Amino acid sequence: MSAITMRLPVARKPVGPSAPRGGEKHLVAPGDTITTDTGYMRWGQRRRGGGGRTGKRGKGERVNKLVCVKALKTRYNGEVGDIVVGRITEVQQKRWKVETNSRLDSVLLLSSMNLPGGELRRRSAEDELAMRDYLQEGDLISAEVQSVFSDGAVSLHTRSLKYGKLGQGVLVQVSPSLVKRQKTHFHDLPCGASVILGNNGFIWIYPTPEQKDEEAGGFTTNLEPVPLADREVISRLRNCIVALVTHKLMLFDTSILYCYEASLPHQIKDVLKPEVMEEIILETRQRLLELEG
Amino acid sequence: SANATPEFEGRGGEELGTEIASTLYRVFSCESSVDLKSLCINPREHCWVLYVDVLLLECGGNLFDAISIAVKAALFNTRIPKVRVLEDEEGSKEIELSDDPYDCIRLNVDNVPCIVTLSKIGYRHVVDATLQEEACCLASLLVSVTSKGALTSMKKVGKGSLDPESIFEMMETGKRVGKSLHIALQKILDEEESLGTSRQKVGFLG
Repeated sequence: MSAITMRLPVARKPVGPSAPRGGEKHLVAPGDTITTDTGYMRWGQRRRGGGGRTGKRGKGERVNKLVCVKALKTRYNGEVGDIVVGRITEVQQKRWKVETNSRLDSVLLLSSMNLPGGELRRRSAEDELAMRDYLQEGDLISAEVQSVFSDGAVSLHTRSLKYGKLGQGVLVQVSPSLVKRQKTHFHDLPCGASVILGNNGFIWIYPTPEQKDEEAGGFTTNLEPVPLADREVISRLRNCIVALVTHKLMLFDTSILYCYEASLPHQIKDVLKPEVMEEIILETRQRLLELEG
Repeated sequence: SANATPEFEGRGGEELGTEIASTLYRVFSCESSVDLKSLCINPREHCWVLYVDVLLLECGGNLFDAISIAVKAALFNTRIPKVRVLEDEEGSKEIELSDDPYDCIRLNVDNVPCIVTLSKIGYRHVVDATLQEEACCLASLLVSVTSKGALTSMKKVGKGSLDPESIFEMMETGKRVGKSLHIALQKILDEEESLGTSRQKVGFLG
């Protein structure tokens, strides 16, 4: 019977500053004046009076004449082409409502969904009635953003075989600003699990499927029991991601892999302890800096 | 408080509050948990009344365990000033607090029980469930254990059912976990006591 550890509350140590990568970080808060020059364009801020003031809290960047504010902790703002992982909240007439950690629920139209039996089939009334057979409330899906409505709601599509309903795995919810934008968000890690880094901050870890080609385009969920070794790998990955998020490191396949390798000497449950977390993150940060420079 | 989740805004948390109050009432209903005789000032006339207020600042799962640990720690820290009763000529009694702020009596918390929550997930049970684990469990058993391993009360929560054999198993686990919980808590309380005035006081947002 392992002993229970308790500790007295101590003041939180400020996260050690990472080495500045050229150019100082200009942090702004809502209401701060960025510039009083009228020649600048703005993105992510509101103009009040003569000067440019920011409505967001985050890093301010300047690219020629465009001032950009990247928010540190925010709800997901959809952009066309992003990969998202979402949960079905409602089944409506010809669409599903998907929760993606954004201000408004995202929409998955029936016509944007891959139906078994071919792509070019017209969606009939029977398809509408059978919607619940494909996706129910509470299911997790991976999809791509097709378009963004004027009010900010996002329209999704699963028109490729790699998107669709997700089977067994673990979901980790993080802030969307911590997921690095990359060419591909579906990664097969060499440690034995696969991970989908949704741009909306939902990270899905699942056991690597044995056969690469699937017949139904992601509708049949594999409910076979997952072997213990795979489960341990997935738990360790989940704890590593939680550690990375606590220390505000960007999430991408290399950082997750380095963190996983750094955590191997410790037990899976020890990774969540503050001291062990710090040690692992320090090592990961060091390896990432070596990779860059 | 509303700091924990937005659902507790206004009167939203009242139901949870009454549930916590009634559970704690049951847990402490055992006579030997708190030595009430030490709270007496004048037999049959005056005694100290202890009020325990619990304010939830953050919801992270495993609510009752955390509350019972906090209550035990708070009772351990309580310092009740020593009083003297003076008799007047007419017979009316006056109560006088001693002037020395360090002259006080402490409570004996050896028999104060701690609650251990065992949540049933699938066919096994889990201790100290997080919010996500609690969302997966259908039924859980709240067991209050003293430091010697004696059970003072038991309560089942949740809409699922529990097999009688698994209840027995959960009780045994609860007793084991409860004993080690008490040992760890006592150790940390003694450690904090030994720090004395050099103890770093940290607020919730610190």
